Amino acid sequence: MALQDKDRIFTNLYGFQDFRLAGARKRGDWDNTKAILDLGRDAIIQQMKDSGLRGRGGAGFSAGLKWSFMPKKSDGRPHYLVVNADEGEPGTCKDRDIMRHDPHKLVEGCLIASFAIGANACYIYIRGEFAREAENLQTAIDEAYAAGLIGKNACGSGWDFDLYLHRGAGAYICGEETALIESLEGKKGQPRLKPPFPAGAGLYGCPTTVNNVETIAVAPTILRRGPAWFAGIGRQNNTGTKVFCISGHVNKPCNVEEEMGIPLKEIIERHAGGVRGGWDNLLAIIPGGSSVPVLPKAICDTVLMDFDSLRAQRSGLGTAAVIVMDKSTDIVKAIARLSKFYMHESCGQCTPCREGTGWMWRVMERMVRGDADIAEIDMLQEVTTQIDGHTICALGDAAAWPIQGLIRHFRPEMERRIAERRGLKQAAE
Amino acid sequence: MSAPRKTFAFTPENLAEAKKIIAKYPAGRQASAVMPLLAIAQKQNDNLLTQAELEYVADMLGMAPIRVHEVASFYTMYNLKPAGKVQVQVCTTTPCWLRGSDQVVEACEKALGIHCGEVTADGKIGLIEVECLGACVNAPMLQIGDDYYEDLDAESARKLMEALKAGGVLKPGPQNGRKTSEPLGGATTLTSFPAEKA
Repeated sequence: MALQDKDRIFTNLYGFQDFRLAGARKRGDWDNTKAILDLGRDAIIQQMKDSGLRGRGGAGFSAGLKWSFMPKKSDGRPHYLVVNADEGEPGTCKDRDIMRHDPHKLVEGCLIASFAIGANACYIYIRGEFAREAENLQTAIDEAYAAGLIGKNACGSGWDFDLYLHRGAGAYICGEETALIESLEGKKGQPRLKPPFPAGAGLYGCPTTVNNVETIAVAPTILRRGPAWFAGIGRQNNTGTKVFCISGHVNKPCNVEEEMGIPLKEIIERHAGGVRGGWDNLLAIIPGGSSVPVLPKAICDTVLMDFDSLRAQRSGLGTAAVIVMDKSTDIVKAIARLSKFYMHESCGQCTPCREGTGWMWRVMERMVRGDADIAEIDMLQEVTTQIDGHTICALGDAAAWPIQGLIRHFRPEMERRIAERRGLKQAAE
Repeated sequence: MSAPRKTFAFTPENLAEAKKIIAKYPAGRQASAVMPLLAIAQKQNDNLLTQAELEYVADMLGMAPIRVHEVASFYTMYNLKPAGKVQVQVCTTTPCWLRGSDQVVEACEKALGIHCGEVTADGKIGLIEVECLGACVNAPMLQIGDDYYEDLDAESARKLMEALKAGGVLKPGPQNGRKTSEPLGGATTLTSFPAEKA
């Protein structure tokens, strides 16, 4: 059964109602937040673990477990929560809606999560292009301060909490947590080697937890309604609700909050008006943002939208950004355009990524035209494996996977182009 | 001898804003403010950062100018070369490309009489292709200044550019009649939460 409105968390996802404090209170935000904080750090973290919430930024790591990695007692260094609002994974635009339409959910979540990890300060790092979203979020922060919900003795809990908005300036790589921390410290956004992990030495060398916007924004509702409620939605190990972004060749592209594990076909037909020209006109879908491998129609027919189901198909849920491509799509060009994206966004620190993303893009451009040898498909595959897993951060992997997915599922199309071009050349000679 | 060096200083309003921003970060960590301060400086200086702005920000934050230059040259939103007082940024990454960003780029180029990467002769409007701006369910889209213009096609993009050239008022958001990111023609969820006037 599909998710019902009563179980939706982001009840103002589309901005049909007031995003400000008065409207947010009507939707249940900030309702006795003190009682949640009164549970204490350990109980909050336990409940988050029990809910099964897996991080919504792409990696799908248990949120409660991540919080539990923070030192129980401060060694004198302050703790920080950093919220990753540098949304930029192609296909993904869910955090944008949360910040512009339901910002109080995020602000309240920042307080609760910070309390749970022993942080008196939190920075939200929002991508620079989201100027209007930053305005709404700042309005919500200002309102929360004025109402005593955050600041000194937040919500009367005895916990002091400061929340700051930090605007980025256009760099996809800053969505990587250590690059984001570097950037927040006023440097180029180049990822750090791990370990040390941020929980040991993050922002300003202090214990830090970095979470995605959606992960933090769902926390208050989970704690208010109880972990069993959240864990009862979706499938085991893939619990709860999720905001999906459906873009590309559908009749009605949209964001929608649905149950984890909803069949891919169902979410597209129920909410996005179906594939342009009907389901049989489907060619392929990238199910979780540009970094995850593309899936051909045969898999899309039955696959479920959650972490484990998509991993079993050698793809991933990622950010749950569903990019739909119908049969009119030049699939090689669609992936080549992603290769260009990763080349543009490589920070340049690691050689395999800096050199490899450019090399892959140039070869992919030739593959689009069929201007290559069949053997070069294998070489391209081989080079992707030289990049994947050989860099400091996951951008190298993210650049390799779309190409690997293309070769896995659409190799005949790549070979056809090469043969066709060769045939034309021979005919001309 | 070389020409006298251009100098730069924040307006009193921007200086107050800068001080507020610096106060967000712990003592001794004021370098964290470099990105927002560069953004303010760029806005004040007609969408351009020169050596004068970089040195001014470096001086204010006690940073070596080269560190500020590193930041300014790393992030795409800082313009170290003239980019037009107003910048039209057209997203062409795959989700926008699938829905016709090529036609949007073409319409913008034609209406403005320039190619991507160029600025109009009067220096007012710059046009560039950018990577994913994070509004993919409203593709194709472009950004002008602080606003997003979404659900475009060649015709609506042309109209936007004509209005921009004429100094007219532009209506941000979806250009096809929907409110935000709901399915066109009406939401399939949240129907039990009636819309209210914000």
